[in-house]
Amino acid sequence: MNMVNFYESLRVMGMGMAGIFVVIGVFYALIVILGKIFPENAHK
Amino acid sequence: MQDLLKGLISIEPGNIIMYIFGGLLIYLAIAKEYEPMLLLPIGFGAIMANIPLVVESKGIEPLHRLYEMGIKTELFPLLIFVAVGAMIDFGPLLKNPKMLLFGGAAQFGIFFTMAAATLLGFSLKESAAIGIIGAADGPTSIYVAERFAANLLGPISVAAYSYMSLVPIIQPPVIRALTTEEERKIRMPYSEHSVSKKVKIIFPIAVTMIAGLIAPASISLVGFLMFGNLVRECGVTERLSKSAQNELANLVTLLLGITIGSTMSAEKFLNLQTLAIIAMGLVAFIFDTAGGVLFAKFLNLFSTNKINPMVGAAGISAFPMSARVIQKEAQKADPGNFILMQAVSANVAGQIGSIIAGGLILALVK
Repeated sequence: MNMVNFYESLRVMGMGMAGIFVVIGVFYALIVILGKIFPENAHK
Repeated sequence: MQDLLKGLISIEPGNIIMYIFGGLLIYLAIAKEYEPMLLLPIGFGAIMANIPLVVESKGIEPLHRLYEMGIKTELFPLLIFVAVGAMIDFGPLLKNPKMLLFGGAAQFGIFFTMAAATLLGFSLKESAAIGIIGAADGPTSIYVAERFAANLLGPISVAAYSYMSLVPIIQPPVIRALTTEEERKIRMPYSEHSVSKKVKIIFPIAVTMIAGLIAPASISLVGFLMFGNLVRECGVTERLSKSAQNELANLVTLLLGITIGSTMSAEKFLNLQTLAIIAMGLVAFIFDTAGGVLFAKFLNLFSTNKINPMVGAAGISAFPMSARVIQKEAQKADPGNFILMQAVSANVAGQIGSIIAGGLILALVK
């Protein structure tokens, strides 16, 4: 069992999940901003 | 006469097991309709790859060339992304962007499985390629596997597509184990409003630029997907959009499947690694589902408008099957509960989440 790889995978897990949420946060902001700039009327 | 029997005499037990395995994939594709577009050509390719004398010489030359041109160059999975992009309507997500969070949370299984695979003795790159089965997204799995562990491409592809087709069996017990009936009954109001066409056009371009600038390694994955989506949404390339959704998707899927199948010769496929990869794929799907559900429950601790935690499970990328599963489970708990649109939004978010995860893994694993 290679514990060096395991610890490295934990680092990738932390960085990866954080990275996903950072990128998704940016996409969320993008969608909100685009919605404000180009609004459509609500139907219901 | 002896020449005619040469092939028959050369058959080894491993070849016979692979004929049975290929036959099983073909059976599942035809009789059970489990991802037939992929499992059928993979099964047939596996049978072809195990004709003994062919394996002993240079392999099946045309399939070998397809592998070199389509998979080694990463072209096939990327062309599939163009097709997938042209098929996806990001509208439900653009109406309900909060669902993006679940597209992120439900990628947890990828990283958990990667860590678990290192404990089984796989190298870090092989573990990453195995973990990406949890992207629940065939092209991403193939793309990452080809880069990190080309020797494991066959079992990883089979696991990815098999478990995607088994989402209706895998997800419900995990969801039920992690939620109470009261939680499954939570209703979520849905505000139907349209999204501007300009937003739908700018979104794929902006996402490509942002993803490319933040995680350059993801540019191919994101770019090809979003290009397909731009072709769909721009409104002036209907023929291209239809071609991408039909002819391109069908042709590349056909070639991709049989080419992957052709890599599954007995000596490469029949080993303990393959069994471990198949098992790890299941772990990835279970922990993806758990990640999404638990994240929704976590958000509910701070939210007055409660989220049905099952919607979190739709954050995996198996679109649209996962959303349908969630709606079915919601109606089992409360026949009047309708959360399909929220689940579809989370499911579309999962498509984005999975390619971001793929890009990040490519960038982070050295």
